[in-house]
Amino acid sequence: MGRSSDFLKGLVHGIPIALGYISVSFGFGVIAVRSGLTAFQATLISLTNLTSAGQAAGVDIIAAGGTLIEMILVQLTINIRYSLMAVSLSQKLDKGFTTPRRLLAAYGITDEIFAVCSSQKGLITPVYMYGVILIATLGWVGGTLVGAAAGSLLPGTVSNAMGIVLYGMFLAIIIPPSKKEKSVLCVVAAAAIMSIVFRYLLSFVSSGFAVMICAVAASLMGALLFPVDEEEGEQ
Amino acid sequence: MSVGIYIAVMAAVTYIIRMVPFTLFRKKISSKFVRSFLHYIPYAVLSAMTIPAIFYSTGSYITAAAGTAAALVLAYIDLPLIVVALAASGTAFITGLFL
Repeated sequence: MGRSSDFLKGLVHGIPIALGYISVSFGFGVIAVRSGLTAFQATLISLTNLTSAGQAAGVDIIAAGGTLIEMILVQLTINIRYSLMAVSLSQKLDKGFTTPRRLLAAYGITDEIFAVCSSQKGLITPVYMYGVILIATLGWVGGTLVGAAAGSLLPGTVSNAMGIVLYGMFLAIIIPPSKKEKSVLCVVAAAAIMSIVFRYLLSFVSSGFAVMICAVAASLMGALLFPVDEEEGEQ
Repeated sequence: MSVGIYIAVMAAVTYIIRMVPFTLFRKKISSKFVRSFLHYIPYAVLSAMTIPAIFYSTGSYITAAAGTAAALVLAYIDLPLIVVALAASGTAFITGLFL
């Protein structure tokens, strides 16, 4: 496949991410301004961080005048899952991924971009990943700017309903393979059950950290019970 | 403290977390166990992030449950991501009109 068509494919695959991001980052923009940041600062945070939970926690710390150590530890805890995703994605990279291109594309490893890239059949090329990242980032940064500048103008019913967009996309990613492979279904169910336990019984664990524990435990179980062959691993 | 310093620290930590493993892992991992583990990670991460958080995503359990049901059905019949995502939101919105 040619470079430009691969880039275009990335852009198209990034559209649902961008739409979901617009709604979520819109909410982030509203919250950031409410916490005392300017629209410029809120937008700058979205452009340089490209992560939802980490940014929300970061704004809380800024608003409370927290220490930089606290900021570092909170960001590490909430975002360490990206390291796991980066390792997983590193196994699917095309030969064209030189070090500078990896340094560039690493910027865009988010839950959603990771999910879309890793659900591709075969190896992913740098331009494909750039395409997904570009459109998703436009949505994330644009949504933040609009939310920060004009958040109070949108009716609550609309912004509330927009809150489910990204989760709907997640379900669309995990349901079809769960239907086809019993192993994936077991891993998905195990992760969901553990996540419920963390939410209601172990709620002192931060959500970013809880997601990581659930994902690692469920995937370890999957790897022990249902090791995958080379071919399956490429799917 | 300047807001700019906070933002710079946040951005640096978040980027390093992503960049270090992404840049350093070059070789194909040969262990079948580790490869299997990494194969399951995306599904496990998304499942843990979605459940139960999806039920809190719209400010109302009822509209969220309706949106979730729509997404489950449409995802089950293999419709594209964007269709499932927007239908979940549309269903939540329409359900909200009746509450």
